[in-house]
Amino acid sequence: MAHEGISTAEVTVRVNGQSRSADIDTRTSLLDLLRDRFRLTGTKWGCNQGGCGACTVLVDDQRTLSCLMLAVQADGREVTTIEGLGDAAALHRLQEAFIAHDGFQCGYCTAGQICSGVALAGEAAAGVPSVVTQDLRAETVELSVEEIRERMSGNLCRCGAHNGIVAAVSEVYGS
Amino acid sequence: MSMMQRATEALNRTLPDRDVDPLTTARRVVGQPVSRVDGPAKVTGGAAFTADVDLPGMAFASLVPSRIARGRIRRIDVTRAAAAPGVIGVVTHDNAPRMDTPVLMTLTAKGCAFIDVAPLQDDVVRWNGQAVAVVVAESQECADAAAHLVHVEYDADAARTSFGDLQSEAVFPADVLGEPPEITRGDVDGALAGAAFVVDEVYSTPQHHHMAIELHATVARWTPEGKLHVWDSTQALVRTRHSLAHAMGLPEEDVTVTCRAVGGGFGNKTVWDHQLLCVAAARVTGRPVRLALRRKDAFRMTGGRAPSRQRVALGADAAGRLRALVHDSVTGIVHENSPEQVSVPARHLYAADTYRIGQKKVVLDVVPNASMRAPGDSIGSFALESAIDELASRVGLDPIELRRRNEPAVDPTDGTRFSKRHLIEAYRRGAERFGWQERNRVPGGQRDGRWLVGHGTASAFYPYIRMPGGKVRIRITADGRAIVSAAANDMGMGTETVQVQQAAERLGLPIDRVGFEFGDTTLPESPIAAGSAQTASLVITVAAAAEELKKVLLKRVPRRSALYGLKPNDVVYRDGGLRHAGDPSRAATFEELVGEAEYVEAVGSSPMLPLEFMKYSMHGYGAHFCEVRVDAVTGETRVSRWVACIDAGRIINPKTAASQIRGAVIMGVGSALMEEGLVDRRTGRTVNASAAEYHVPVHADVCDIDVIFLDLPDPLTPMGVHGVGEIGIVGVAAAVANAVYNATGVRVRDLPITLDKIFTGSGAS
Repeated sequence: MAHEGISTAEVTVRVNGQSRSADIDTRTSLLDLLRDRFRLTGTKWGCNQGGCGACTVLVDDQRTLSCLMLAVQADGREVTTIEGLGDAAALHRLQEAFIAHDGFQCGYCTAGQICSGVALAGEAAAGVPSVVTQDLRAETVELSVEEIRERMSGNLCRCGAHNGIVAAVSEVYGS
Repeated sequence: MSMMQRATEALNRTLPDRDVDPLTTARRVVGQPVSRVDGPAKVTGGAAFTADVDLPGMAFASLVPSRIARGRIRRIDVTRAAAAPGVIGVVTHDNAPRMDTPVLMTLTAKGCAFIDVAPLQDDVVRWNGQAVAVVVAESQECADAAAHLVHVEYDADAARTSFGDLQSEAVFPADVLGEPPEITRGDVDGALAGAAFVVDEVYSTPQHHHMAIELHATVARWTPEGKLHVWDSTQALVRTRHSLAHAMGLPEEDVTVTCRAVGGGFGNKTVWDHQLLCVAAARVTGRPVRLALRRKDAFRMTGGRAPSRQRVALGADAAGRLRALVHDSVTGIVHENSPEQVSVPARHLYAADTYRIGQKKVVLDVVPNASMRAPGDSIGSFALESAIDELASRVGLDPIELRRRNEPAVDPTDGTRFSKRHLIEAYRRGAERFGWQERNRVPGGQRDGRWLVGHGTASAFYPYIRMPGGKVRIRITADGRAIVSAAANDMGMGTETVQVQQAAERLGLPIDRVGFEFGDTTLPESPIAAGSAQTASLVITVAAAAEELKKVLLKRVPRRSALYGLKPNDVVYRDGGLRHAGDPSRAATFEELVGEAEYVEAVGSSPMLPLEFMKYSMHGYGAHFCEVRVDAVTGETRVSRWVACIDAGRIINPKTAASQIRGAVIMGVGSALMEEGLVDRRTGRTVNASAAEYHVPVHADVCDIDVIFLDLPDPLTPMGVHGVGEIGIVGVAAAVANAVYNATGVRVRDLPITLDKIFTGSGAS
């Protein structure tokens, strides 16, 4: 993708367990690297400004808005996308729970919701508090429905599948 | 209404009713809470959305929006943009191909555009944010960067941008979706003046935006032979093809539109400028082009819900019976094809001795408004159902009892009989589930710590609509499976799942032996997914195709078969084949009937005119119940409980249908408490054009929503079904406003109900 006058860089990212490299325009976001160069289109583009959460992926197990991270910032790091969590033949248990609880309608925000759900379980296990956490000194945070709703609020859903999403996350990771 | 229409309607009333669909009570597959058949694809990132399409040699487009609301482009200089790295071409009105006016979305035309002028055909600017140039480049990064280098100078004219300031210029449209813009009976003003109890208030609602999470995207490719293939996030495949073919001067058979998945539509995934711009850019550059709108473009280049101002005046006698009902409303629109029909609920919900129900329009210089989930009904019901609640308080009646006393025997304005109407039963069941008897009865009288707690209720309502003109193909394969095909749309409603279920029921197959193929105009033509009409439209068409298929299958019956010589009316689909209706021993499986062939197929067409809703009043109803908690210190409102009891005919899939109702309630709560498109009246520019600044409900705003379906079939509809996509939003904002009043004693009549209005009472316009 090199064009005269454009600054480029080579990035190497470990994506879903595989090392992948690309020579990119340095303005490329991690989102566009995943979608347009690596053809991992399960991660969605919803606003390109960190407002909707549709592009959420895991970078070194931390949930990250891939539209707000430049691809060069992901160089040398470990990225997990929805495709890396499970596939139709071997679904991740949160993916199964999303189907069971009807946690999506159009399915467009779903990849981001599921990646957020997986990551928030790690955050709670590590004792990272949210604004509704009562005991800030606790080693781990119990994921009540209130905690899940708060922690999932960066992932917008316009079809209104919120009840099913929270039920799915709660079934798999809830207290 | 024309003479011809009157004559047709008079004739229709004398026509016999269609036979009741024998599957109205079937329960083998229909009625089961089946999980979505597209679930595994959607939870693994495997579903194919438009922006995921990648073609060899594909280029990327970025749009340059206008900076003025009305005027002309004096000069446009693309020199720097054209010379920027990676840029392939820049399209402006100087070099755009000639395009005809796209065909508008109307009841009779076959298009689905909301803008009646093709883009880049002249130097005229019609609204702020209209695209004035397209930059095409080798990458999205290059296109976006170069778009900033296009230099445009304007001669601005005065623009009509403030709905609130232009009220005195409101005039009647020619009609409201075929209905007269105003209907009256009796001396309503006199009855109002003489009524024992009167409510006379003005309610207002702002511009709303659909804010589907998927941004509009189009990929266009021209073949060397001059044919056009468009991948587009559309909820109206066939109409999109028609609009684009007409605009480009192509025969429809030279245009293919593909869309397997739509990331939310809600009425706005139709034809706007961007599809034409993408097609034009592909033609000018000779490359396949992908154009995905940016979020701010989606706010400014596609329309939302029109703003409204509605006076509702109710006059009741001492017993609470309506003697007068006035609904004088105004909406801010661009074309009469999308009038935001706020006056519709008042035409059908309650009996009143006298009435005047109508709506005027103010024409604005903004991007044309579109249909948004229950257009008109949702915000019209905010006014009507708030006023009913105000009247109940004034009379001193339970608002449900007030509604019961005004329950009409026949349609209150059409005079037609109801095909079914279970509004009061919905209230009864919903009230029981919610615990309405234990509600707070004194406004401002219930407190839980810092929270003021209140309860509210309101009616849901939505017309039954069936779109004529669709076709469905059913193919039975050699292994006895069925593949049902139609150019239908799934934007999250569960189309694929529900169609598999209803076809499986019709054909006597288990659901894992039925597939539904959709999302491409090479399949049999199917109507738009709008008006909550797609399911009923497809059910009746599948029934027609199944009848055609019987004929085809029976022709293949060999002489030795037990079915030999039988006519279509003699047989039924049962157990993976055909069977004699009265003698189960006379049967043949699909495998036997298909025999050596690869497959057998038949195409069925929907009955053309939906005559049933000219003869009967056909609507869905429902009752919403909500509990709010209002912070006594900050005025912040939280919705803490919700029960929706819905009378929408037979439910094919209670799991996906409940999700539709929940989604509609949540969008309604958004309109009640937070959603507001803010327009700068000086520039006509929508200023909060982002996912962060146009607030929609997030997880923390959404409580558990309890959905009850009465599940009573409509005897006049295929399988007894009604649509369920839109009814759930109607009445929601009123239920919230009524609960806020109950919690605080403050009546807010101006959406959204923000804390400042609760504190100061300033929303009590």
